[in-house]
Amino acid sequence: MPTITFTQPTGEATEIAVAEGTSLMRAAVTNGVEGIVGECGGQAMCATCHIYVRPEFADQLPPISDDEDEMLDCTTAERTDASRLGCQVKMTDQLSSIVVDVPSDQE
Amino acid sequence: MNNVSAKDSVVIIGAGQAGLQVADSLRSEGFAGPITLLNGEAILPYQRPPLSKDYLGIDSPATALPLRGPDFFTTQDITLHPGAAAAVDTQARRVTLTDGSALDYTHLVFATGAANRQLPCPGADLPAVHALRTLFDAERLQAALATARKVVVIGAGFIGLEFAAAARARGVEVTVLEYAPRPMGRALSATASDWFAARHRSDGIDLRLNEGVTAIHTEGAGLSVESTAGSHYPADLVLYGVGVNARTELAEAAGLATDNGILVDSSLRTAVDGVLAIGDCASFPQAGTGARIRLESVQNATDHGRHAARSIMGQNTDYAQTPWFWSTQGRIRLQIAGISDPSDEPVVLGDPANGKFSIALLRDGVLAAVESINSPADHVAARKLVAASVALPMEVLSAPGFSLKNFAKTVLAVPA
Repeated sequence: MPTITFTQPTGEATEIAVAEGTSLMRAAVTNGVEGIVGECGGQAMCATCHIYVRPEFADQLPPISDDEDEMLDCTTAERTDASRLGCQVKMTDQLSSIVVDVPSDQE
Repeated sequence: MNNVSAKDSVVIIGAGQAGLQVADSLRSEGFAGPITLLNGEAILPYQRPPLSKDYLGIDSPATALPLRGPDFFTTQDITLHPGAAAAVDTQARRVTLTDGSALDYTHLVFATGAANRQLPCPGADLPAVHALRTLFDAERLQAALATARKVVVIGAGFIGLEFAAAARARGVEVTVLEYAPRPMGRALSATASDWFAARHRSDGIDLRLNEGVTAIHTEGAGLSVESTAGSHYPADLVLYGVGVNARTELAEAAGLATDNGILVDSSLRTAVDGVLAIGDCASFPQAGTGARIRLESVQNATDHGRHAARSIMGQNTDYAQTPWFWSTQGRIRLQIAGISDPSDEPVVLGDPANGKFSIALLRDGVLAAVESINSPADHVAARKLVAASVALPMEVLSAPGFSLKNFAKTVLAVPA
């Protein structure tokens, strides 16, 4: 099973094993990972599942759609090159593990 | 200003977005007393918006998206109670549950939500006639949709059109009947509504306006939907989405004032001491105008939840969040900031022909609302501009190259 590691601003890390096709947002919300809200339910409408993807996984990610790109411009925490919306990144056989940092603020 | 005491307890009726948010926010605001969230069912509270969208697609997720993980309730010391409230005694500050047990409260929050309006015609109770509100409804609908060939949707509101687009994307023949002259006519400007009508038709949906339903008949193995125009539409699945009513029965029986919702003031309190109402079930004064409104949206539910928690903690400020809404209909993403009025002056930004544009709605020279279609950047800027009641002269708005994002940066000094 693919695994996702969420690292909090405190340094605390949570590793979660998920089924293929599970988004980072769904994994975080279902497992109660602090700092990921997912208020719109995964529609890329609210930007409350903002995460920073560690650079070593960047080339395995799906491209950023126009919608995601525009929503990333309105995250509460600062957007960087590593920013993604957790609802738009799904674990696949190409992306079997990932480490992401949770921002300090979402809303 | 009332001071919250360490002995205070909170009971919340309803574990939807609003009820959960008030429980969550109470803890983050430092409330230390017992919190009981009456769920009314034995499953983990879940998100409803995906039920009419993702959930109906071919590659739909197998399980509902919970609002919070199971550990949340333990770590936050929030009692998620499967029971449902049967009666409230506001004098004794006691909620009686349907199983006969009782809970005492210092603060009570109604977050009872809304219930689907029933379809008022013969045949509405036939098994292949569906409504959509709960996970159970969505599961039934998902199963029925897997084999459906012809679908009739009654009501061209958000739910009806989200479902129609999802069904059409699966190759199903879809007819939509709407008694009003426009789809989503109460929520959208005429300009946006007309664009949606054309777009859904070009995607192959048979959208019939000014045409209601009079009866649903059984015909062979399927159904036949009879319309006000005298037409008969065959279907093996009917979905209706004809609006909702606030769930106010319990509040009414407890003596609380209601009028299309439980009446609350600007701090979301009812006239009865210690009792609040939030989310879909609450009728509250709109910031600025003071006019009573009742909204059905995730944003309203969660912002009400946060505000009610602060009210309970003794901070009686006026609720003044800018409403926003969204809908996903097939590949069309609609986002709305603010609440439009039919008298607003519409200005189209961008090119409707390429399916990416916004409609700015001006009222007395101020940006009152913005409807964005496949234009999230416009929407995000619009939320800030509408919240700030920014004056937006027509000559600025209609100048070539005008963008809401750049305008917001200039007038609000929003960091890039």
